[in-house]
Amino acid sequence: MDWLFFFEVSLAGLGFGALYALTGVAFVVIYKATRVINLAMGEMLMFGAYLFFGFAAGFMLPVWLAIVLALAGGALLGLTLERLVIRPLLGENPISVFMVTIGLASVLVGLVEIIWTAAPRSLPGFLPDDPIFIGDAFVAPKTFWSFIIAGVVIAVFLVLFRFWRGGVALRATASDQGAAYAMGINVPAVYSLSWGLAGMLAAGAGLLLGSIAGISSEMGFFGLTVLVVVIVGGLDSVLGALVAGLLIGWIESLAGVYLGGEYEHLVTFIILMVVLLLRPWGLFGTREIERL
Amino acid sequence: MRIGSPKETYAADESLFRTRTQWVWFGILLLSLVLYPFMANLYWLYLVCLICINIISATGLNILTGYTGQVSLGQAAFMGVGAYTVAWLDNNASTPFIMNLLAAGAVTTVVGIIAGLPSLRVKGLYLAIATIAASFILQFIFINWESVTRGTRGINIEPPTLFGVEFDNPDTFYWLVVPVTVVMLILAANLFRTRVGRAFIAIRDRDISASVLGINLPLYKLMSFAIASFYAGIAGGFYAYFYGSINPESFPLLLSIFFLAAIIVGGLGTILGSILGAVFMTLTPELLRYGVDVLEPFVHDASALLSPVRTMVFGLLIVGFLLFEPHGLAEIWRRIRRFFHLWPFRN
Amino acid sequence: MTILEVDGFSLSFGGVHALRDVSLTVAEGSITAVIGPNGAGKTSLFNSISGFYRPQKGRVTLSGQDVTRVPAPRRAAMGLGRTFQNIALFRGMTVMDNVKLGAHVRMRTGPMSAMFYMGRARREEVRVRAEIEREVFDFLEIDHIRRSPVASLPYGLQKRVELARALAMRPKVLMLDEPVAGMNREEKEDMARFILDVKEQWGVTVLMVEHDMGMVMDISDRVYVLNFGQRIAGGTPAEVQANPEVIEAYLGADDMTTLRERLRGERGAA
Repeated sequence: MDWLFFFEVSLAGLGFGALYALTGVAFVVIYKATRVINLAMGEMLMFGAYLFFGFAAGFMLPVWLAIVLALAGGALLGLTLERLVIRPLLGENPISVFMVTIGLASVLVGLVEIIWTAAPRSLPGFLPDDPIFIGDAFVAPKTFWSFIIAGVVIAVFLVLFRFWRGGVALRATASDQGAAYAMGINVPAVYSLSWGLAGMLAAGAGLLLGSIAGISSEMGFFGLTVLVVVIVGGLDSVLGALVAGLLIGWIESLAGVYLGGEYEHLVTFIILMVVLLLRPWGLFGTREIERL
Repeated sequence: MRIGSPKETYAADESLFRTRTQWVWFGILLLSLVLYPFMANLYWLYLVCLICINIISATGLNILTGYTGQVSLGQAAFMGVGAYTVAWLDNNASTPFIMNLLAAGAVTTVVGIIAGLPSLRVKGLYLAIATIAASFILQFIFINWESVTRGTRGINIEPPTLFGVEFDNPDTFYWLVVPVTVVMLILAANLFRTRVGRAFIAIRDRDISASVLGINLPLYKLMSFAIASFYAGIAGGFYAYFYGSINPESFPLLLSIFFLAAIIVGGLGTILGSILGAVFMTLTPELLRYGVDVLEPFVHDASALLSPVRTMVFGLLIVGFLLFEPHGLAEIWRRIRRFFHLWPFRN
Repeated sequence: MTILEVDGFSLSFGGVHALRDVSLTVAEGSITAVIGPNGAGKTSLFNSISGFYRPQKGRVTLSGQDVTRVPAPRRAAMGLGRTFQNIALFRGMTVMDNVKLGAHVRMRTGPMSAMFYMGRARREEVRVRAEIEREVFDFLEIDHIRRSPVASLPYGLQKRVELARALAMRPKVLMLDEPVAGMNREEKEDMARFILDVKEQWGVTVLMVEHDMGMVMDISDRVYVLNFGQRIAGGTPAEVQANPEVIEAYLGADDMTTLRERLRGERGAA
């Protein structure tokens, strides 16, 4: 066994895993605040990446401005979806809400294909591309930098989540919505906040993913893997999303190289099935007590 | 409520159609189904065949999702299992097509039960996610089990024959698929006159109470999966015969979303809903295609817009109906009927 | 003759003790009541007897058979019927279908014969329909609403439909979780009469949780008192009313006269 190669493959996997973790955090934020399993997460990510593409390549704006606009656009998308579609359904059967997010995913794919066609594109480069070596191991520069950026964003987010007023309100709402309401927390505002924040995180992940692998209207598939990540980690656990994101990124990368590309996602879904059968609340999630 | 239809026995009161009017309408419907092929052209016959295939599959999904409350995003993949079963038998065994079709139903039932196993441990949304996984794994098998599925190249199927008649065109295929659809709809409707159907609805409405009242949840959930996949398998078998060739791309996740949209638009938990939804959702792309033809002279490359617009419209229909008419077209239909019950004697 | 016996149930949820070493016996053909302040563990006890909760310790015996390890649906099939505290009717079904669902455990139709609805399935369906009409609907006086969706019914009728569903099972032991909670005086009297009739005419043993002291003391043969998950008393209504511990649990004070007055007051209200 070539250990150096194994190490390189692992590093590449962890780089990808960081993006899973980032999107996974967005997923968990929405779930914690609104108890919605958002199947349109991958499509929100895709939409963010296309916004960047539109601003940078279509309108020829400077890259930094395009990034800012894409992130803002992602946040706006999250806010709009929450306000128009999710909020009227809160309190309804969670299955209806889940199906609505499936519909939203479909709408976003259609929208992107109408505006930009289904053809794959590559994003204008904005990450440095000098080769990077860790010891003797080569890491693709884009993977390396996206890992660093994702790490920083997650760290900033965790600090906000812990100390910022909005973050505290979000955690309070997550643990007991009624009590949060009674304590004067503006719960609907927390809903908006969570979706806006998640939209922005997803758009950011979309930028990074797009700069590594290019963009296409099928990139929302990434969201399905993220779904696996958050279920393995536990739907309501930020820590779970981080650990499971890196884990699944790593395993996929190994499977892709050692078993063949077609096994990459197969392995992911088999992991999902196993977790659902053995520990459906995930590695770090809360097990809910059923009531009659 | 309808009044003035007294019954002398409980059996009569338990029948599928309880008033004379309903029987008359059912008769008219059957008659028009018989007369239709003599009046429609090939294109409209093709559409009805396609609608019937979709009705069968949507009815199965509605039993699982609409009646039992178990969301599934695997219906298309299950259809694929049925289609590949027919294709394999057609190419490797000289069994009559009716047996192939039943085998498609049986194989898919078994696969569906296996895919439904997570329902023993998890429920609701987790289960929906498990069916996504199942459908992905099936897709993988369609692509990679080359010795059976011939991989991405796809596989051809000879048209079915019965008593020397070859069902190779919509005008003959119609006589095959329409009667089967009618029968399968009646079978599904019967289910909900009995304890099995009541158990399904009870699981949807309050699973824990249902269990305390004596309903074996694992058994009935798997039963629901089995029935839904049987319907998918039959629909898939027809699909294979109808198009004469299949490949892994014939059964994408989008097709599962199509069926989910069909039962939401039509009405969750009603047989009528499966019919209306399948009709509506099959005709929508045709209508869009027509719209594109109209736009062609004015808009550059309008036909390229067809697929994305269709994707978007599917999504919009799901969102719109869930938000504004969660009981679907079936409820609209009921409202219209109620209006005419007393019409014109109402204020 | 004991038909249901609970022996030393202990149940806790993550450190919170819902039940601590609770035992009780229910004599065949009797009406037995479980009372206690809110949060005393009455519903936990019911759910444990039903088989929905699995107590960490203790055994439960039904008709002489140890059913501690028997899952909930099987216990129902063995003759354990029940109603729920916050009405658990199936909203997607009519009154008729809800009640028929109660008879689920004594029907046999499988999916195949159900779909063809011929022969056995059909006969069974019609037979059960006739039985329900004759035995349950007439008895509870709800034949006029058989085709109504349950969601549209007033509260008192919904409670009655729930009782009908439990009776359609033809249970040996009928567990009623607060059968008259939230009812007005007239509805309470009706329900008390139905419960007595269930015992007298149907010969069904009744085990109930109820807050209404007046009704409990009037119709019960035996009363058990729970407090903080523990059984603090058990005996005839008269014995329980005289038990100082019960008085303390209810009033937090050793004050006989106040309790008597309170009991009398509630009785008056009922």
